[in-house]
Amino acid sequence: MSVILKTEGLTKHYGGVHALENADFELQAGEHVAIVGDNGAGKSTFVRQITGVETRSAGKIWFDGQEVQFSGPLEAREAGMECVFQNLALADDLDVPSNLFLGREKILFNLGPFSILNRKAMRAATHEALQRTAVKIPNILNPIRNMSGGQRQCVAIARSATFASKLIIMDEPTAALGVQETGQVENIIKTLKSQGIPLILVSHNLRQVFDLVDRIVVFRRGHIVASLKRDETDGNDIVSYITGVKSQNAAAAYI
Amino acid sequence: MTDTAAPAIKTKRVWPTELNALIGLIIIAVIFEALAWIVRERTFLGNLAILRIMILQVAVVGIIAIGVTQVIITGGIDLSSGSIVGATAIIATSFGQMSTRNGQDFTNAVFWAQGWVDLPLVIPLLVGLMLGILAGVINGSLVAYAKIPPFIATLGMMVSARGVSNWWTRGEAVSNPSESFIALGQGFTPVYIFAGLAILFQLILSYTLYGKRTYAIGSNPAAARMSGINVERHLVLVYAIAGMLAAIAGIVAASRQLTAQAGMGVMYELDAIAMAVIGGVSLVGGRGSIIGTFLGMLIFGIIISGFTFLRVDAYYQEMIKGAIIVFAVMADVWRQKRRAMGA
Repeated sequence: MSVILKTEGLTKHYGGVHALENADFELQAGEHVAIVGDNGAGKSTFVRQITGVETRSAGKIWFDGQEVQFSGPLEAREAGMECVFQNLALADDLDVPSNLFLGREKILFNLGPFSILNRKAMRAATHEALQRTAVKIPNILNPIRNMSGGQRQCVAIARSATFASKLIIMDEPTAALGVQETGQVENIIKTLKSQGIPLILVSHNLRQVFDLVDRIVVFRRGHIVASLKRDETDGNDIVSYITGVKSQNAAAAYI
Repeated sequence: MTDTAAPAIKTKRVWPTELNALIGLIIIAVIFEALAWIVRERTFLGNLAILRIMILQVAVVGIIAIGVTQVIITGGIDLSSGSIVGATAIIATSFGQMSTRNGQDFTNAVFWAQGWVDLPLVIPLLVGLMLGILAGVINGSLVAYAKIPPFIATLGMMVSARGVSNWWTRGEAVSNPSESFIALGQGFTPVYIFAGLAILFQLILSYTLYGKRTYAIGSNPAAARMSGINVERHLVLVYAIAGMLAAIAGIVAASRQLTAQAGMGVMYELDAIAMAVIGGVSLVGGRGSIIGTFLGMLIFGIIISGFTFLRVDAYYQEMIKGAIIVFAVMADVWRQKRRAMGA
């Protein structure tokens, strides 16, 4: 199996706060990994360093065989890494196809900024993308403002799934959703698994994590304290690592 | 309910704000027609001559409103358009003057000494358009790159551009424009110019990348930036187009009045904003259309001509106009609130 993403000694300090220390992480092709941990354990910080939202203090990142230093999420996206952020990054007044293709519109005639949009092709591609990710939205031509939180989240995920060629990162994708909507998002993740698209899932929800991923990585106080195969662990075990009762990482053991 | 298990995935049908404006237009038309019969015992809107005057009165401001609408959709505001009308009117006209008036040399022409008289129409047109675009680019750059709030940036331009028009001829009017220049404002031409521009920009907003980006930036600038849209460059383009449209309005207004004065276009910016807001263009950005602004323009026209027809004193008209603008913004705020509460 080839390695899609690898970090070595990834570190982030905010002034005197050591948010992330020496994180060594690996993701195999087709693998779904969950990142769990308490609030402030460094999960989101870790994601922000990988996607280039923030500049890391130290450490190296390899993505798809290349050492990378993304200057922002746009560059990461161009390299084939898509991130669904907690704040969605959707334009509420636009419809589903416009949001799906925001910044990557299909063009009929190229006239610079006044290029004519290929609305038909974008609509068709949207239907296809929603079908592929099993997202159900009754009328894709409504502005997404009028849609539920779950539907909006599904649009954001469908957008990532449509364009991510190599890796999808989701930061708490179901944190703000109801039971049914969470189910819908989980279905999309399962679909991605069957398509072999690798995924990093940041989640608080252990039930969800055990349901969806192959491997669980536990963060505690800025350190990676454990990396466990789902089949070789259980909820109690994970909680022990999260709370610091147990640790695999010798360097972090004394914390 | 029997089918409680079924997930509520049905979204509400979206009620376009243009429809609200259309209903408003019909209601106001009916009210004024009724008042006309009560007060003056004759038809108001049934009179074609009145309708012609009404549409001509609002067409020039309507041209500005096309640009202002786009600026408001990006979440901004343009207070400088009225002053740009004044500046371009007076400067463009001074490049479009004739050398003779009533068979005698017209030595009052601004550029008489330089011999820049009897120039082809394209010169004053180009000068005017470039001027409007320049003012717009300055507005847009202040907003996009210097991060100055649009209200302040365009307020500065409003004062400065008015200064330019006063300085240009030291307050003198510029008269005696060429036949071809005059033709732009005569008869129904301003209305045709408005209609052509309105249709053009509605199509651009609906069918081009420019339109998509304009709405996206107004709706969520952070998302637009994250999606790779060059938000700053686009904002400059939008303000430049608004400046160009204000310049066109200035040229048409000067042509229509046969003379350009430094005080032309005063308060046009507020009328244009009012037309847009009445037509459902939201001041928070992301929503609205040229069709809506067109309906807002008609509502505005009916109210103004209606009061004149009913022989309401001009002073009262101003007060009522102010109240209408405030009411339109209130309606917008109320709409936002209802949306925020998830209605």
